[in-house]
Amino acid sequence: MFGQFMMDLAETCDDLMVISADLGRSSGLDRFKKQHPDKYLSVGISEQNMIGVAAGLAKEGHKVFVTSFAPFLSMRASEQIRMNLGYMELGVNLVALGSGLAMGFLGNSHYGLEDIAIMRTIPNLNIHSPADSLELRSILCDICENDRKPSYIRLTGIAGAPFVYEENYVYELEGVTALRKGSDVLIISTGSIVGQCKIAADMLSIKGLEATIISLHTIKPLSNLLLEYLRKFQNIIIVEEHSKIGGLLGAIAEVMVMQGISKRVLPINLPDAFGPTGSYEFLLDYHGLTGEKISQQIESFL
Amino acid sequence: MTSKQQIIEVEQLALRMRKTALKMAYECGVAAHIGGGLSIIDILATLYGHAISDPGKIDKFILSKGHGVLGLYSALYEVGILTKQQISTFQTDGSYLIAHPIMDEANGIESSNGSLGQGLSMAIGIALSFKKRKLKNQVFVIVGDGECYEGSIWEAAITAAEQSLCNLTVIVDCNGYQNDGSVSNEMTNEKLAGKWAAFGWHVSKCDGHDVVDIIEALKFSTSDKPKAIIAKTIKGFGVSFMENNNDWHHNRLSEKLYNQAIQEIEKNS
Repeated sequence: MFGQFMMDLAETCDDLMVISADLGRSSGLDRFKKQHPDKYLSVGISEQNMIGVAAGLAKEGHKVFVTSFAPFLSMRASEQIRMNLGYMELGVNLVALGSGLAMGFLGNSHYGLEDIAIMRTIPNLNIHSPADSLELRSILCDICENDRKPSYIRLTGIAGAPFVYEENYVYELEGVTALRKGSDVLIISTGSIVGQCKIAADMLSIKGLEATIISLHTIKPLSNLLLEYLRKFQNIIIVEEHSKIGGLLGAIAEVMVMQGISKRVLPINLPDAFGPTGSYEFLLDYHGLTGEKISQQIESFL
Repeated sequence: MTSKQQIIEVEQLALRMRKTALKMAYECGVAAHIGGGLSIIDILATLYGHAISDPGKIDKFILSKGHGVLGLYSALYEVGILTKQQISTFQTDGSYLIAHPIMDEANGIESSNGSLGQGLSMAIGIALSFKKRKLKNQVFVIVGDGECYEGSIWEAAITAAEQSLCNLTVIVDCNGYQNDGSVSNEMTNEKLAGKWAAFGWHVSKCDGHDVVDIIEALKFSTSDKPKAIIAKTIKGFGVSFMENNNDWHHNRLSEKLYNQAIQEIEKNS
């Protein structure tokens, strides 16, 4: 889908540049490469260099998107991201593929377990985490049409995942979308795992528990609109396909502490550990991130 | 053909820059990267006094060897981009003119550097943009010999060669030293010349303190390769007690030493 969106953007965005560190095929950019060879660049497996090259192009006015797998972008090249995007605020947009556990049998070396935590510490870098391809498209269009800050866009989930949003979804940068309204429990989540939260909420509903689901497409800056939800509910579930350290939980916890909001919180996330390897479905189940397991954990918690 | 007059003008510029660099280092009252600033004065004088067209607007220069700011700021001052007042703020509290460049295009500073091994990649992005837009603009970069230990330099070197960036020139400041002492035998100017050539660059060598030599090296134009000029330089060049003395990698000048340094430079001009 990302490749298709880039093809669409290339129609309207004349100075678009898409750069990959030898992961063009994995980014779905094969057709883009063929149709718009002047807008595509592969630098080979050199992520640190890729960020600098992207920055130079952005400096000269191009709209630049850069792709690689989440750990290679967020960690291999994090210092270059810090200097070029954070310090120099050059308009490069990082598209982190296969974050969370989506890389399946490729194993922990390829999983994005801690990328939100690391990227959050870089000033001037927006962090987006779309729940489905509809939301991704909105984010990409918004970046291209408006003069946005440099961004880290975390792609999670696998191809063929069901849409989280309806067709009439309207994206707002500072917005917070309630996918579902219910008064018993607040579920805040981000990325494709929101789809599992939807399944969990349906299961809870059968048991007479109604959940509000907030899907956050932007972790940084964290929308102020979230506060009213945090204040309203006594029981808050924070679900993410990310380490328990420093991700969505960290971002929300910081806000709650500073605002003096004290609630019962159940975090459902990945451990501070390197877990087993397996298919995406196996891993979600292992880590309690399937809709069924999420609903069980919430039920016990309430 | 470069006239004798043009060469004299660049040498005079270098002389003024050397004195300005030392003045900035002394007047800030704290330690500065003097050795590595002095080793690139003649190269920068040749770039700003001769090779670069309308710096920042047409041609671009990136100081990938970020701690060489004493060279860069003195060049920008002498060509009238930075003012006397501005350079008097060097390394004072809250200043934007500090030990490493902070990007400020209006004042001729193309990028923020300091973390070594990163400037070349940005230069490549800029050179690529120029090429795409079919502009004749050039990009110049100074990297240090110690900086060539950074893997990211070689990642960039591959890309530049792959993209045939003949509008990109790197000058490697081979002063033979890093922070902790001299570079190894693997990283001498001869060895570095071989390495850049092996990575697909057109390589020329020069004496980094001979303006005629530098101009000659810069003149060569290629149609399909980026250019690396391996400049043999002396860390602390121009001041007897600093030359090849790595104590002056990052150090403070006393009034006595400052006066001695200025005297030497004026005497040898």
